[in-house]
Amino acid sequence: MEAVQPNTSSTAQSASSDGLNENSSAPLGNQQFVTFAIGKEEYAVDIMQVREIQAWTEVTALPKQPNYMRGVLNLRGIIVPIFDLRCRFSQGVTDATNIHVVVIVAVADHIIGILVDRVSDILAVDRGEILPVPDVEDQGDGEHIIGLVTAEDRMVALLDMGSLFKSEIIQDSLDDIEDTSEQTN
Amino acid sequence: MDEYAQFKITYFAECAELLADVETQLSELGSGSEDPEVLHAIFRAVHSIKAGAGAFKFTKLAEFSHQFEALLDRMRDGRIQVTEEGVGILFRASDILSAMVESAENETPLLEDFGSQILEEIKTIISSDEEPSPATPVMAVLQQTEDTIPVEKNYTISFAPKTELFKHANEPLLIVRELKTLGNVTAKPSLERLPLLQKLDGEEAYISWIFTLQSEAPLVDVEEVFEFVTEDCDLNISLVAENQDEEETKEVNKSHEKPSDLDQVTTPKATKLAAKQNIGTPKATSIRVDLDRVDLLVNTVGELVITQSMLSQQTNELPTDQFPNMVRGLEELALHTRELQESVMAIRMQPVKSVFSRMPRLVRELSAKLGKTVKLTTIGENTEVDKTVIEEISDPITHMIRNSLDHGLETTEERLAAGKPETGQVTLSAEHRGGRIIITISDDGRGINRKAVIARARERGLIGDTVTPPDDEVDNMIFAPGFSTAEKVTDVSGRGVGMDVVRRNIQALGGRISIQSAPGKGSKFIMTLPLTLAVMDGMIIEVGGAKYVIPIPNILESFRPPKEALKQLPTGQNLVYVRGEYIPICHLQQIFNVRAAEQDPSKALIVLTETEESGTVGIVVDQIVGQQQVVIKSLESNYRPVPGISAATILGNGKVAPIIDVEAIYLLSQQLMINSTLQSDSAPVPTDTLEEVSIVEADNIELASDLIEVHTTPIG
Repeated sequence: MEAVQPNTSSTAQSASSDGLNENSSAPLGNQQFVTFAIGKEEYAVDIMQVREIQAWTEVTALPKQPNYMRGVLNLRGIIVPIFDLRCRFSQGVTDATNIHVVVIVAVADHIIGILVDRVSDILAVDRGEILPVPDVEDQGDGEHIIGLVTAEDRMVALLDMGSLFKSEIIQDSLDDIEDTSEQTN
Repeated sequence: MDEYAQFKITYFAECAELLADVETQLSELGSGSEDPEVLHAIFRAVHSIKAGAGAFKFTKLAEFSHQFEALLDRMRDGRIQVTEEGVGILFRASDILSAMVESAENETPLLEDFGSQILEEIKTIISSDEEPSPATPVMAVLQQTEDTIPVEKNYTISFAPKTELFKHANEPLLIVRELKTLGNVTAKPSLERLPLLQKLDGEEAYISWIFTLQSEAPLVDVEEVFEFVTEDCDLNISLVAENQDEEETKEVNKSHEKPSDLDQVTTPKATKLAAKQNIGTPKATSIRVDLDRVDLLVNTVGELVITQSMLSQQTNELPTDQFPNMVRGLEELALHTRELQESVMAIRMQPVKSVFSRMPRLVRELSAKLGKTVKLTTIGENTEVDKTVIEEISDPITHMIRNSLDHGLETTEERLAAGKPETGQVTLSAEHRGGRIIITISDDGRGINRKAVIARARERGLIGDTVTPPDDEVDNMIFAPGFSTAEKVTDVSGRGVGMDVVRRNIQALGGRISIQSAPGKGSKFIMTLPLTLAVMDGMIIEVGGAKYVIPIPNILESFRPPKEALKQLPTGQNLVYVRGEYIPICHLQQIFNVRAAEQDPSKALIVLTETEESGTVGIVVDQIVGQQQVVIKSLESNYRPVPGISAATILGNGKVAPIIDVEAIYLLSQQLMINSTLQSDSAPVPTDTLEEVSIVEADNIELASDLIEVHTTPIG
């Protein structure tokens, strides 16, 4: 009897997750994005990456961090690093108040928080409507944008969180340092 | 997912334990034990694996374990001598068995002829034991080597299973089938005890049988069929004599057992034997629990501890005389929470034995490969550490043992030439000290070849051509990346990756490793690790409004120094004079770049801490908030490692507090000092330019941690 029990429950689970997939992707090649803004600029991440959205609360600063790394937050027992998106795009440090918003996203195995001014919308986009980023000579942070979408008359940049905070969430960053040290030696 | 998946999971979990057991017992056997119980234990384990494999139709596994079992069976009743070579085969067979179990578990097919070589060897040994029939494997096990001419005999067997038989996953049908391999069987079931259908309990045993068996096999073989159920059934095997002569032979054959007037030999001996085995290996009263469940429990208790400390923080302000019961109740809550936490943590504690017991085998194989005679001594294998730590220490220990055998110990000739005993000594020990576990691996070999290390360090540009660092610094250079001084690369160790990886893995666990070496006398690796990766006692301190945690095991004392006790070296290093000793101090606020912290140590506090490698270090803090048991939360699960911080915790107010890695902090401060003496104007940073500075500082960290890599190495 015991063997059957988990079996049925797991099939139930997989059935429900299948159902989810159908809703989100199957019919029209639709993809949903959560859009948020820094000043007038609008950005978006895939809704499947977003874990939750919460108002800004004071974080614990860690020593000697890049200034866009605001500190860490206790998210129900998990320690989550919070990054200032404005500052990450070199537009100064956000003077965060309780009307600012932290978007908690899952990138690979990591949970990180992104400090933004406000969350605007959920955007359903047909995959065909996603436009490529034009080739510009000096890419800079452009490489972290995976596509552009027009919503009404606004342009929304789709962000690749994984590449944007690559060095922060990859464990081997220490190894990189060691590698460079070997080269300098 | 098939419906047996759950049972399979249990089976594989059991296999893992059984295989570990086989390993332990084999090591025992390898070290020359003659206790018959050792072979019995191995036999039982292999048999259990075989039984499950058969049930789940892992054909290869079942067949291999069958042969393995057959060999063991012969060894345990002395038909095959247990030789050195034989033990070697057993070891290899157990390896194959592990690989097969693994392949069955992961459903990765093995090569068709995997393990066939050893299988052949086993078969050869088995068949050499019995000249007449190298026949089918099944018959090989069951055939006896009695020299009487096989004569057909009639047995009457009454077999009444008890409920336990089914609970122990035995199956009468299988027994009947095995009986049938001995000869003709007729079975007569007895249904007397069978109740009415509506009263039938599916898990009860109601039916008993009377078998009549015509077979040439001797009584022992018939008894053997029931070997695993003797305790769980009423069994009576009797021999029905065909003629008087044969009965006589039978009696003679069995005379060393219980002489019987009747032609009936019951099985008290088997039962007694089984009982004795049970005394030898007391049944552990334990249950198998999924580690995830334990982890969940640990995490929940962790949250409970946080809530409890939050409550007690808030009620600290309550006047005791007004709410005496409340205050007392909270005190008790604190006590119970702590007890609860300790017992939950204790669930995860395991003796390091599980790792240590793998080492004799390693040493045995390596020493054979290297042609050295080595004696491994293990001390303190019952020292307990958290399961998470156990899993992580296996690789470093293995690596260092390899290293000791390959590089540390000389060859036999060299040893004799140096006037040392031929047998090299390697000692592996574990002990608790100061809330940590200390594991040392020492050998009486040649010690570190300092000349070679210095040459290699110069070659790699780690030290200047003219500089000769102190001996202990040289010794510790072997932990630098890509540092192997072995003259030749062997397949045992020494591919240029090694000790640096070991050190990095240990540091990632919050541990440290160092080496002590004396040329010609040997080396000693000392590894210290936290007992658990989940909780620790912390002192919460405050610097410029930010709270940090210093691990209590690191703290010696804290005090406010008088102004005259504070000194400075020309290098800029600050010192404090305590009871006739100058102790280096470092300012947390400088390292962490915290604003508004107290600059003057004589107005602040100094916490004296002890580090593994840098000795005593003073840390300047604004104030001490209190002592608390903190739950260690990894920063690295969501972020990269932060220099100077080993992990973080969540305080009673729900805020995150970093846990300070004292050693790393001190080294960071050293680095800062060197940097600031390089920059001529190292005036205190005005707060308004802080943002720009923090970028610069961020770069410095990388530089600093880079230099630390190099720096920690020479420090003793």
